[in-house]
Amino acid sequence: MTTCATTQVDLTKVKPYGDALNDGKVQLAFTLPVPYGEEAEECAKQYAKKLGLEEPNVAYYCELTTGYTFFNVYGNATPTIDYTAIVVPKVEGDVLDRVACGEWIGENIGRDITVVGASIESDAHTVGIDAIFQMKGFHGHFGLERFKNVVPYNMGSQVPCEKLIAKAKEVNADAILVSQTVTQKDIHIMNLTKLVELLEAEGLRDKVILACGGPRISHELAQELGYDAGFGSGKYAEHVMSFVMQEVQKRGWEKKANIADR
Amino acid sequence: MTSKLNLDAKVVASARQHAANIAHDMQDFIDRHTTVSTERTIVRLLGVDGVDEVDNPLPNVLVDHIKEAGALPTGAAYLIGNAIVQTGKTPQEIAEDVAAGKLELTKLATCSQEEAAEALKPAIKATFERIDAQKAKREEYLNTIGEGKEPYIYVIVATGNIYEDVVQAQAAARQGADIIAVIRTTAQSLLDYVPYGATTEGFGGTYATQENFRIMRKALDEVGEELGRYIRLCNYSSGMCMPEIAAMGALERLDVMLNDAIYGILFRDINMQRTLVDQFMSRVIIGYCGIIFNSGEDNYLTTDDAIEAAHTVTASQFINEQFAVLANIPEEQMGLGHAFEMDPNTEDGFLLELAQAQMAREIFPKARLKYMPPTKFMTGNIFKGHLQDALFNLATVWTNQSLLLTGMLTEAIHTPLMQDRYLAIENAKYIFNNCRHIGEEMEFKQGGICQTRAQEVLAKADELLAEVESNGLFDTIEKGIFGGVKRPFDGGHGLEGVCTKGENYFNPFIALFMDHE
Repeated sequence: MTTCATTQVDLTKVKPYGDALNDGKVQLAFTLPVPYGEEAEECAKQYAKKLGLEEPNVAYYCELTTGYTFFNVYGNATPTIDYTAIVVPKVEGDVLDRVACGEWIGENIGRDITVVGASIESDAHTVGIDAIFQMKGFHGHFGLERFKNVVPYNMGSQVPCEKLIAKAKEVNADAILVSQTVTQKDIHIMNLTKLVELLEAEGLRDKVILACGGPRISHELAQELGYDAGFGSGKYAEHVMSFVMQEVQKRGWEKKANIADR
Repeated sequence: MTSKLNLDAKVVASARQHAANIAHDMQDFIDRHTTVSTERTIVRLLGVDGVDEVDNPLPNVLVDHIKEAGALPTGAAYLIGNAIVQTGKTPQEIAEDVAAGKLELTKLATCSQEEAAEALKPAIKATFERIDAQKAKREEYLNTIGEGKEPYIYVIVATGNIYEDVVQAQAAARQGADIIAVIRTTAQSLLDYVPYGATTEGFGGTYATQENFRIMRKALDEVGEELGRYIRLCNYSSGMCMPEIAAMGALERLDVMLNDAIYGILFRDINMQRTLVDQFMSRVIIGYCGIIFNSGEDNYLTTDDAIEAAHTVTASQFINEQFAVLANIPEEQMGLGHAFEMDPNTEDGFLLELAQAQMAREIFPKARLKYMPPTKFMTGNIFKGHLQDALFNLATVWTNQSLLLTGMLTEAIHTPLMQDRYLAIENAKYIFNNCRHIGEEMEFKQGGICQTRAQEVLAKADELLAEVESNGLFDTIEKGIFGGVKRPFDGGHGLEGVCTKGENYFNPFIALFMDHE
């Protein structure tokens, strides 16, 4: 048996891989609100079984504080997934690098593309919006300030939706980019929804490209909320700009730099 | 102390002198101005508390009343002192009368400044008795049950509900935490009032209110007595209500407070005039009360590059030190901030981090240095994250840092779970114990990577401070030298709450809070 594991995988019935195909190995770390002791260990084991793990092994457990016990558990998962039936909505179009984006805009749009960005409402985190906008960018991926033929406005954090929209109108933005980092109690959903509603109320929704990003944001979620695109972790300025510029072309805005003309 | 990094004492002295000149220059500006938040602080310290029927805090009601009458330049102290002389009522009763529309402070007959100051004395005395009792209580705890040894393990709680925070905080203390910081709800820094009462709703944190401070203080005293170890409480004297929260911290015995005007300017877009004036008022309170203040230089490296911009952190630490000197804050209460934020892919990155941490320790030998863990390059790979935190913990114990903001393996995923805090503290304790005296044992190679790096950063900090001195701090911030963020002199939040002091103005608390060893 020296064949590569992938040749034997039944992609219609996929389960976790430890060191042998279909062994189903998973590792879990969790806390139960029960006092430390042998009953706690048994409780964790039974819980793992209910989660669908066979032969659960409580590799380690200890008391976190009175009445709370922490577990590190291994087990063999039983459920399987049909990988061949999976459909993930993705942002359409090609992804070009920074230099190619600048050239593409010059050749295909023939004017600068203006983008306005902010971390909106109560969110005080600038890390996401800065990663996309700032000259320095993030992880070696330069931000929009270093792109040719792009005019970026980074408004920073805690920007009210009204102020962001006013700025987009003032500078005739082609795209509005919104970052949301805090997601506790779904505050990001409330904030993102508010922006869409305000844009619709002002009759602007189809006159700007609207995208959002953040560690807990997927393209699918973004579309559900009424955005044109969503960018999660691992996406940088070139991903966002590639989408925006192709969208500008698709909408025929080459000669429509002013919002009023769109 | 001989420098293990072979730092040139003359360069350190030069940098410190530039910073002192910068701070003095700013102090001239600060001394000529007051703000609505500084006036509300005076009002609170005179014993005014509570809210009106629509939940406006009475200190806001009173100071808004003064401001609308155009009397902010006269200041709350004179006007309340005068009202006491004219009506015979207490500051609290006066505030309630103003809230009820029964009293207009600027329409009363006027007494002399001396008479007004005299009339305030009983209220001031009562406040100082309360604050002094809190100081004595802390001393008593430290002398009886004692404290954990440095580096103090500092962890956050951030549930949004003060009662849930208590559960998390007590658990963290039992796991080994020495300092509990209650993270504020995300939008509080821009509120121009301090909410009132116990709160159970917040986003990414819990409102800083005096009642919440009291609830958490009581919980930490209880768990401290149980553990035989004093547990320090940390909150934020920052944002639009910076000095008011310092006053609340003084009254409710907070031990550590984040307090840094430059941070507020850069990262919360608070107007620079407003927050520098507020910072002085808050720092004199903090200095008197034995509170350790934490400055926010570590944050520069979340927006700027940790290698290229390292000298901006050092320069800002020098400035923060000198602002603290002007507020009479002892060195032991200076929690100057810095961070372990280099890209983990940097070759010899750990050596550069170690050099910078050691440099901060040598430049500020008695300061309670606050060291921030990796955040910017934490990815959600908790296994690597735990290792990044381990290297950070090693640099911490090696260079004798004071406050360890304990790095969480789940940084960039969620606010810490109970188990995350346990694993993080276990990591720190393991390394501290295993490497307790590593700093005493190891020396740095003459002319090696670490010495060269530290000398280079110090020299650049000195150059930058010389430049800031010649341009002024306001100008430097306008140009975006710190954190790569530009802020205008007349921009940002809260400028409308700043005014020049008038003729009759006095603030009785500055001299009293400055008067300590």
